[in-house]
Amino acid sequence: MSEETVEASAAADAAPVVPAGGQAGAKAVRRAFSSPIASFLVILLTVLWTVPTLGLLATSLRPESDVAQTGWWTFFAHPGITLSNYHDVLFNGGFGVQNGLMPYLINSLAITVPATIFPLALASMAAYALAWVRFRGSDVIFFLIFALQVVPLQMALVPLLQLYSGGAHIGSATIFPSLGLGGTYAPVWISHTMFALPLAVFLLHNFIAQLPRDLIEAARVDGASHFRVFRSVVLPLATPALASFAIFQFLWVWNDLLVALTFAGGTPEVAPLTVRLAQLSGSFGDHWEILTAGAFISIIIPLAVFFGLQRYFVRGLLAGSVKG
Amino acid sequence: MPTVTFDKATRIYPGGTKPAVDALDLDIADGEFLVLVGPSGCGKSTSLRMLAGLEDVNGGAIRIGDRDVTHLPPKDRNIAMVFQNYALYPHMTVADNMGFALKIAGVNKAEIRRKVEEAGKILDLTEYLDRKPKALSGGQRQRVAMGRAIVREPQVFLMDEPLSNLDAKLRVQTRTQIASLQRRLGITTVYVTHDQVEAMTMGDRVAVLKDGLLQQVDTPRNMYDRPANLFVAGFIGSPAMNLVEVPLADGGVKFGESVIPVSRTAVDEAAAAGDRTVTIGVRPEHLDLVGEGDALAKDGGKGLAVTVNVVEELGADGYVYGTAKVGDESKDLVVRVSGRAVPQKGEVLHVVPRSGETHVFSTSSGARLSD
Repeated sequence: MSEETVEASAAADAAPVVPAGGQAGAKAVRRAFSSPIASFLVILLTVLWTVPTLGLLATSLRPESDVAQTGWWTFFAHPGITLSNYHDVLFNGGFGVQNGLMPYLINSLAITVPATIFPLALASMAAYALAWVRFRGSDVIFFLIFALQVVPLQMALVPLLQLYSGGAHIGSATIFPSLGLGGTYAPVWISHTMFALPLAVFLLHNFIAQLPRDLIEAARVDGASHFRVFRSVVLPLATPALASFAIFQFLWVWNDLLVALTFAGGTPEVAPLTVRLAQLSGSFGDHWEILTAGAFISIIIPLAVFFGLQRYFVRGLLAGSVKG
Repeated sequence: MPTVTFDKATRIYPGGTKPAVDALDLDIADGEFLVLVGPSGCGKSTSLRMLAGLEDVNGGAIRIGDRDVTHLPPKDRNIAMVFQNYALYPHMTVADNMGFALKIAGVNKAEIRRKVEEAGKILDLTEYLDRKPKALSGGQRQRVAMGRAIVREPQVFLMDEPLSNLDAKLRVQTRTQIASLQRRLGITTVYVTHDQVEAMTMGDRVAVLKDGLLQQVDTPRNMYDRPANLFVAGFIGSPAMNLVEVPLADGGVKFGESVIPVSRTAVDEAAAAGDRTVTIGVRPEHLDLVGEGDALAKDGGKGLAVTVNVVEELGADGYVYGTAKVGDESKDLVVRVSGRAVPQKGEVLHVVPRSGETHVFSTSSGARLSD
């Protein structure tokens, strides 16, 4: 906590550009939010918001017979904890369904991690080039990338699917070969990467363009090539932006059903957790204890990612670099 | 160590028509400390950035030694630059900051560490090598920026107003340190500043720029003694030189009630340009007071009457800021007086320029006329 305060004050020192009015305004807002009534309201809202998740957790931990007879809130009066629901949903299946969730969980990870890293890597490089490499037409390219955001991804599903499965042809000429990627993760990775790039480039460009010009120039005078500047100076200083985009993208891909179902299908080899959960709510409709356990598993991993990346949200990274 | 040559180097910013740096011709000798000085917007920083490769050159050429570097990227020029705001890498320790260029050049770790420690010793940074820039004071950060430059042993040092973010006392101290460090290392240095005191105290030679045009390049002494035009005369020296427009008279120019002798050729040059006046420049320390019944007074009138407005006492001497009536308009003048005999506000002094210490400029072109 104390360290955070130090960082924050260092950031305040290093940011003389903030006009005095802005600082006073921020102070007023902070004071308004730290009043007891506001605190109480915020806590109340938070609790209300969390109650369903708490019910989910409680239900998933109760034996089947309890769930069938009483509501989840009675769990606290008569606690009876079992982990068998988790065991069932992960490994056993049963009730007319064959496998547990475990292979799908692996699929989800195998889809989500590359589908987060690819756009992050590509977009940060593109953002650096658009922000700091002077070349003709860079503004036009940036504008076009930004404009791509207005295309809804649903529009692209069918054409992309055709492209992946059959390639693209004009008459007998092949413009894009059919890659035979069906039944692999690749179409899902590629599609998620494509859909994420416009926003990622836009967000990261805005952050990277804000880095002090002198810092980039100092590195170039020190003998660094563009790639070296990017790797040694820009990337370390852009970690807050990278971390926040990584969280967004991870959550989006993790929770995605549509893209995965379209490009990977429902087979146990490639389908992610979301596809399986959707099937479960059909076949296990009555088995709340199994459903809730499955849902909780799909919640816990994004939460872990969020808390894992949280430490990269550091303010005042640039403190001490440039003065004035 | 090589020389640096600007050969009609020109920079026109995109969208503009007027060059920011206009056909700059400058030869910087091996190991020389050259200071580029001028008011803000004069193109001095742009010139430096052109030499660094951070700014395109639209015309002419820049050479380091015999190598034409006009269109080379910064990394291929073997130069080191100290930025006005230091531009330290905030995520690296002081040692990593100083060793960054060597690391890129592929020097091995032990060698980097040795050189960084050596530079740290020179700059008195040894105990801060493992800190991050954020944990340093302004002066220490400035020294790290210097260290980053000297560790590389480059062919040329470029410094862009490296002292302007320091407080006044530290600035004077660091000024001397940088100058002596440069003499010791013997590395050709181009130093940009807007502060003419820095320029005069540090440089082997000083180049004055205005509106992208080079006004004069000379040693500080010559710059002070023989400014090439009105702009240089007014810019170099603190307090500034008194510049008074006076009519031509028989055998010289009329300065108040006195006639000061001016060389025949100067008068002819002014007349040839169609001028009936010339501008006389006199430094504050070259205005002598004329007492009643003084030899000077008998010689050639009572000089110019100056009404004292403000007196700045600096201990050893004092500066009198006063107003004099020259022709029809009143003109502000500065006169240096002895610290022991300071006039009162409202007093009227009579001053004449010391003979041989006047500068004569053409009123129309601003150029210096022959002595």
